[in-house]
Formats: sequence, structure tokens, C-alpha cells
Amino acid sequence: MAHDGNDTHGLRPSPLLGSGSPRGRLNSFPLWQNVLILLVVCIGIIYAAPNLYQPDPAVQIRSINSEVVISARTEQRVADLLANSQVEALGMEMLKDSLLVRVADDQTQLRAQAIIAKGLNEAGVDYVVALAQASNTPAWLRDVGGKSMSLGLDLFGGAHFLLQVNMREYIQNLIANSAEGMRDKLIDERIRFVPGREWVSGQTITIAFRDDETRASARVALEAYQDFIVQERELAGNPTLRFTLTDEKILALEDRAISQNLTSLRNRVNELGVSEPQVQRLGRSRIVVDLPGIQDSARAKEILNKFANLEFRLEALPNARRSQIETYPYQGRDQGIMRRNIVTGNNVQDAQQNFDPETNQPQVSIELDNEGGRKMHSVTKDNVGRSMAILFIEQKPRVRTVDKEGEAVEEFYTVEDRRLISVATIQSALGFNFRITGLNLREAQDLALLLRAGALAAPMYIVEERTVGAQLGEDNIRRGWQSVVLGFSLVLVFMLFYYRGFGLAANLALTANLTLLVAIMSVLGATLTLPGIAGIVLTVGMAVDANVLIFSRIREELKNHPPQRAIQAGFDRALLTITDANVTTFFVAIILLSIGSGPVRGFAVTLAVGIVTSMFTAILVTRALVNLFYGSRKLETIKI
Amino acid sequence: MSQFNIDFMGGRRWAGLLSGVLLLAAVTSLLYQGLDLGLDFTGGSLVEVELAEEVNPETVRGFLQAEGFVNGTVQTFGSSTALLIEMPPQRLDQGDAENLVDLAEAQAGLGERVFRAMASEYPGTVLRQSNYVGPAVGDELAEDGGLALLTALIVVMFYILFRFTKQFSVGAVAALAHDVLIVLGCFSIFRWTFDLTVLAALLAVIGYSLNDTIVVSDRIRENFRKIRKGQSVDVINVSLNQTLGRTLVTSLTTLFVLLALLFAGGEVIRGFASALSIGIVVGTYSSIYVAASILLTMNISREDLLVPEKEQSENEDGSYP
Repeated sequence: MAHDGNDTHGLRPSPLLGSGSPRGRLNSFPLWQNVLILLVVCIGIIYAAPNLYQPDPAVQIRSINSEVVISARTEQRVADLLANSQVEALGMEMLKDSLLVRVADDQTQLRAQAIIAKGLNEAGVDYVVALAQASNTPAWLRDVGGKSMSLGLDLFGGAHFLLQVNMREYIQNLIANSAEGMRDKLIDERIRFVPGREWVSGQTITIAFRDDETRASARVALEAYQDFIVQERELAGNPTLRFTLTDEKILALEDRAISQNLTSLRNRVNELGVSEPQVQRLGRSRIVVDLPGIQDSARAKEILNKFANLEFRLEALPNARRSQIETYPYQGRDQGIMRRNIVTGNNVQDAQQNFDPETNQPQVSIELDNEGGRKMHSVTKDNVGRSMAILFIEQKPRVRTVDKEGEAVEEFYTVEDRRLISVATIQSALGFNFRITGLNLREAQDLALLLRAGALAAPMYIVEERTVGAQLGEDNIRRGWQSVVLGFSLVLVFMLFYYRGFGLAANLALTANLTLLVAIMSVLGATLTLPGIAGIVLTVGMAVDANVLIFSRIREELKNHPPQRAIQAGFDRALLTITDANVTTFFVAIILLSIGSGPVRGFAVTLAVGIVTSMFTAILVTRALVNLFYGSRKLETIKI
Repeated sequence: MSQFNIDFMGGRRWAGLLSGVLLLAAVTSLLYQGLDLGLDFTGGSLVEVELAEEVNPETVRGFLQAEGFVNGTVQTFGSSTALLIEMPPQRLDQGDAENLVDLAEAQAGLGERVFRAMASEYPGTVLRQSNYVGPAVGDELAEDGGLALLTALIVVMFYILFRFTKQFSVGAVAALAHDVLIVLGCFSIFRWTFDLTVLAALLAVIGYSLNDTIVVSDRIRENFRKIRKGQSVDVINVSLNQTLGRTLVTSLTTLFVLLALLFAGGEVIRGFASALSIGIVVGTYSSIYVAASILLTMNISREDLLVPEKEQSENEDGSYP
């Protein structure tokens, strides 16, 4: 057929390229290989397709009260609310635990959100009404896992926060609290220790005793403090117990604190009216919060690093030990309360802000969990007639500039604000439900939200914040799209003009490349950002390189070989060069990915994926196309 | 390719001089003028607003100063009604307990307060973006960035050492360092803002320039093995001429898309596109005049590239085993 007689050594079977050519043709893939390439490209088209369907603006309704379920009744109520205000909904969908209302445009979306939020939450805050995007991807595409790329904050608008968890303070507090707990325990068990010495030093708590027997019984009494390693020492003639936190234990505790903070943050941002908030850990002690499309970033910030909690404590009796008492001002006098908590906000199951029906003052209705309810009941039933105090604790992150080795460094620390918000007589044994009064409206709302969400285990402060307005987002999308179209067309025209038929093959391969790139990014769930678009554009420019290498090589080989042989040699010889060049660029992309943050990562992901897809399309897809165009023909000359 | 027959290596002394002058200018500017680091690295606050009508940036600066936002800079951004307001981190005096304000207010809230002040003075003002970067984060980003550049260079050096020889490895790394320094120099000399996207571009320049250097090196290695006669200079010249067509086409297509980004991509991406455009021009040049010249300087010879037995068949006649 098309091969040349003097070229038999080119026909030795190779495992990948050119083996099993029908009738010994030089430039043809076996059928299975063509089918495979076609299959990959088709799958690429399917998974890239969801990006073609523009989502509708929508309003998403979720319940934040465990007792309120989104049901057909909710749907009916929402429909009535919208109908009463003459807002047209394009459709409603019940999802797993939310209701999605499609509307025609952005303005309607904002109006619908306001109307629904006001209407549904008349009785109390039970629902979150968030701006969302309703996918228009056909069901069959969604069934096979197709989804469109989500837009990054720079394209969609929204807010990004980077929070630093103050681990040092967390661990110090933890040790101090443990020491206090140990002291209380020993006093309760009437185990005598040597007073007057500072217990806490760094990561250790040291307690001295008069004799070995007391120490032995103390050791048993304090067995619950599993986080510490216990050692028996002699110090200044006294037998002592030494409790030490090991470094590994600290790491584990930090992990626990971070995951509790993450949970609490997720619950908090869930109530902010954002449809797809992201809360993720970054490195050892940081948390990233992305709130796409959020309108009021100031409110978000207020909620994010707010640390507020409650402690329920008994009033101090006159005969209580001084070390067991704390004193706070309350209604113009000093009120002594016990140091020990009955329960804290951590035992709260649910909290709602509403109004006292008699005084019309804001209040917070609280429901305790099992453990909290049990404790509360057992303590209050023995103390009827005594007062119970509620302590409101708020931590505020602050900053100061300190002089460190001649350099001004900003230091973050936390100031704690503790105040009594109520002292009331226990009339009868209490159970699971309470009302708390004595707060202003804003405080009551925030407290309810924070108690619902769970307390932060460790204090945090904002170290980076980025807000992108919707207008800039739209501009960025438009510009990004324009540069992709412009860049892509310039390259296509040039290739067609310069390489003719081969250029067409390269252009088809380049289109396949772009499709595969988009498909993989969509499947990976990557977020599209402006630098990501830049990465796509750059990939388009650079992906051509592999084809250029091949075509230049074919041109050269044409001087010494007949066309079919030259085509084969061109592809084969360029392969090694292409691999070398791409592998090194891939390294660079991986380095970018591992050290970069935010915008750099978006770029690196596209670059890395682009290298993989362009290797596939430039080598295999182009080859298949060239085989198709030229492989079966007897060629005297070719234009390239 | 036959249509090119340029004596590249003949001009390498002049090219060396040119590179030397460029590098000297770049390094001098970097040392004395430094880089105009963006918010990402310095920390501070930045607010971009769109005003309803054109206002002189100086007037806005004066207004903000009067409102208590000191040391800020105001400049137009892209269009005459878009303003970029930058604020350095606001320092609070040590021990001045009275002045200690909530962190949220003092630092992260600065952009918001600036915007509110602007919105009340100039009705119709729209917030386009507001960024706050804490000083610690800025320092870390700068450190990580430097580390990334160094890591990239070292990884590349070892990969090429493994795939080629030490002469190629030194040549490639020298070419990369050359490109990075010159791009950095341009940013320093023209006082362009160096931010995180420019850093990404710089790493992309490394990727691109490396791609180019390897294609050229690959051909040089192949020709040393194939062409039995001739001086090293001739072999390198032949290789450079053979790859010139490809080098030009690839640089051109990449420049096309970069120009598209430069003109259609808007302000946010401008630094990125400029850094890459310069990088690609310099990178193409350095593959020839830095990487290849160093091969000659380091006396590369055919013996350095003796083919191990098992690779022989692949490179001798181009057929596959």
C-alpha cells in the first residue's frame, strides 16, 4: 500500500504506536485505538457540556430549626407569599433538605428573597433564605455526574476570609482550666495539697502533697485527666504529682479545636443566606471561609470570629470558700457566684431569639441537650430557693503593635468580656427548657445564633479578607471570556494559515484539548477564577507547541524521506522532546500548586490539567486525524 | 530547517554583552529601587470603587486624609471613574490601651470604613472590591513565593542533570535565572506593581522558558550524536537553525494569546500578562544565547553525550524498537 519498499524496519510492531496496522499501512492506528480516542473525546464533550447551560437566578430556602421541616406546606406558603406580592416564580423544586425557587432575573431574585425571608420568619427565625443559582443542566447529564464549573469569588462576587486560630492561647487556657478543675476536685474529695504555690508552668501542672498516701489518693481522684502524662516527683521535700501535656497531645488537641471551630463556623455561615459557603482548614492553624455572592460582608465578619458563650452558675453562699467564688457587678452591686459551672452553652441543643409575651423584651429560648438537662435538674432540685446566675462571656480579638527586635510587629490577643446577665431564684427543679432575658435585641439574636452553631473551641482572628462586588465579577467574566475567544481565534487562524491541512488537524486537536480541559476541571469540581482563565488561555497558546514540534519535524524529514515515512518519523521523533518539555513544565505547575494560595492555585490547576490534556490531544488526536486525512492515500508530496 | 542558516554562535559575544548589560540594569534597579510590592506581600487594605462621575484622585486623597485615613494612595484604575485606594496597615501605639479597638474595626474593617466614607461624600459610589491582608500573611506569601522560585529552579536543574548532562543543566538554570531577573528588573525599573498573579506569571515564565530550552537542548544532543564531523560550534548552530522555525511559531502563538489577555483581560490580569509577554521574548532569546552559549563555554563535546547502548536504536535511525 502506501509504504515504501525500502522502509521495512519501520514496520516492526511497537506496543503503542502503529502496531497491527491494517494491511501494513505506515500511518494508521488499529481500530481499537481510534475508537478509544474517539471515546475519550466524546466523554470529554459530555462532561464539558453542563457548562453550556446558564443557571437561572434562584432563591434557596433551608430550615435552621430542627423542628421545622421543609415540606409541601412550605412550598405552598412560599407560592402564596410570592403570588401576594406579584413576584413571578419560574418554578419550584424540592431538593433533599431545601426548596429552590427559580426566578427570571437578578432583580426579581433580590425581591423574592426579601419577601420570602420576611414572610416565613414572622414567628421566629426558622428559615434561611439565600440567593442561589439553579442549574439548568439536563437531567440525563446530571445523572451521569455532569456538573458545571463553579465560579470563583473574583468572577461571582462574594467574600473570602482567612482566619488564624490562636492556638497558643487555646492551649494555655486549656491547661489553666484543667488546673482549676483539679483543684476543685481535690477540695471536693477532701484531699489536702500544699497551698500557696503557682501550679501551672508552661505545659505542666505541678501539685505538692504532704505525704505519699495523700498523693496516691490524689492520683486516683485525678484519673479523669487523660490528656496529661502523670509523673511522681519529689520537690522541696514534698511528694508531688506532675501533669504534662506532650507535644503529640497538643497537636491532637489542636486538631480537635480546629475541627470544632470548623463545625461551628459551618453552622454559622449556614445562617448567613449564602447558598454554597465553603469552610476549610488551611495548614495547621488556619481556616478559609468563602462566601460566594454574599451581599453584606460586614455582617458575615461580625458573626465569623465572634466568641460568645453562656455559663449557668449557682449564687455563692456566705460560707463558701473564697477560692471557689468569683464576683461580678450586677445591677449596681457585687454579686458573688460559684466558680464551678452547672452547664455551659456547649450543652445547648437549640436556641431561638424571640420576645417575652408579657414585657415584649427580647429573650432567648434555650433547649438543653440530655447531659445538660440532667445536670441542670440534679443541681437545681437540691437548691430550690437559692439563686442561679447566668454569665455571658464574650471574647474580642484585638491587635497591638509591639516592638520585637527593633521591628514593629502586630500581635493579636483576646480580651474577655464577662458579665452577669441574670440572677434569679430557683423556684423549682429545672429541666431542659429555659428563657434568658436581660439582653438587647442584637445581643439576643447573636447569642441565639452562636449557641445554635456551637461555641468556638479556640479564639480566631481575621488575617486576610477579600471582597469582590458583583459588578467587578461580571466585568471579570466578560473580560475573561473575551480574551479566551480572541486568543483562541488568533491561534486557530494562524495555524490554519501556516500549516494548511495539518493546521486543521491541529485546530481540531486544540478544540478537543479545550473541551477535555473544561471537562476534567468540571469533574474535579475545580473553581474557575480569573487567573484560571488566564491559565486556560496560556494552555491554548502553549498546547500548540507540541503540534508545531511535530509539524516542523515532518517538514525536515520530508527532505530525506517520502511523505508517509516523513509523517511517521515526524511524530515519533518529536515524542521524546514533547515529553521532556512537558514533564518539566508539569513540575513547575505542581510546585505552584503546593505553595500557592488563592489566585495562584487556580492558575496552577489549569496549567497542570492543561499539560496532561494537551499531551493527549497533540500527540494522539492529531495523529489520528492526520492518519485519517493522509494515511490511506498514496502521497507524492504534502504541503505542510 | 533549511531556510534558516544563521551563525547564532558567531554573535554570542555581543549577546553575552547585551545579557550582561540587561542583567546589570535589572540587578541594580532591584537593589536600589526594589520592587513595588502589591498588597498581597506588604499587607494593608485596598478598596476599588466606581464613582458616578470623574473625580480627581488628589481631591479624594485630601478628603480621605481629612476623614482620618492617613498615608493612603489614590489612583485611577482602568477607567477614569474607577479609583484604587490603598491604605498601609494602620499602626496602633504600644500600651495605648485607650486606643485599642476591636481588631475587626482597626484592620479588617478599614476598607469598609473607607468605602462608607466615600459613599457618603460621593453619592452613587459602587464597591468593586475590598481587600485586606494582614502583615503576617503578607510576609508569608513573600517567603513562600521566593521559596517556590528557588524550588522550581532546583527541581529543574536535577531533572535536566538526569535527562541530559551537567552542561545542559547549568545552561538551563542560568537561562531561567536570567529570564526571571530580567522580568523582575522590568517590574522594578517601570515601577509596576508586583503581586501574587505576577509571581504566578514568573513561575509560568520558568515553565515556558524551560520548555524552549529543552527543545533546543534535545536537538543539540541529537545532532552531537548524529553529525560525526564538525566543531561543537557548528553542531550547535545547525541545531539552533533547525529548531528556529518551531521556536518562532510557538513564541508567536503564545504571544497572540498573551496579547489577547493584555488587551481584553482588564486591569486585574495586566501584570500577569505583561510579565509573561516579557518572559516569553526573553525566554526565547535565552534558550539560544544563554543556554546554548554556556554549552560552548563549558566545552561540551561529543564524548559527553555518548549514547548508552540501549538508547542507540531509538536515536540512530528514528525507527522504534
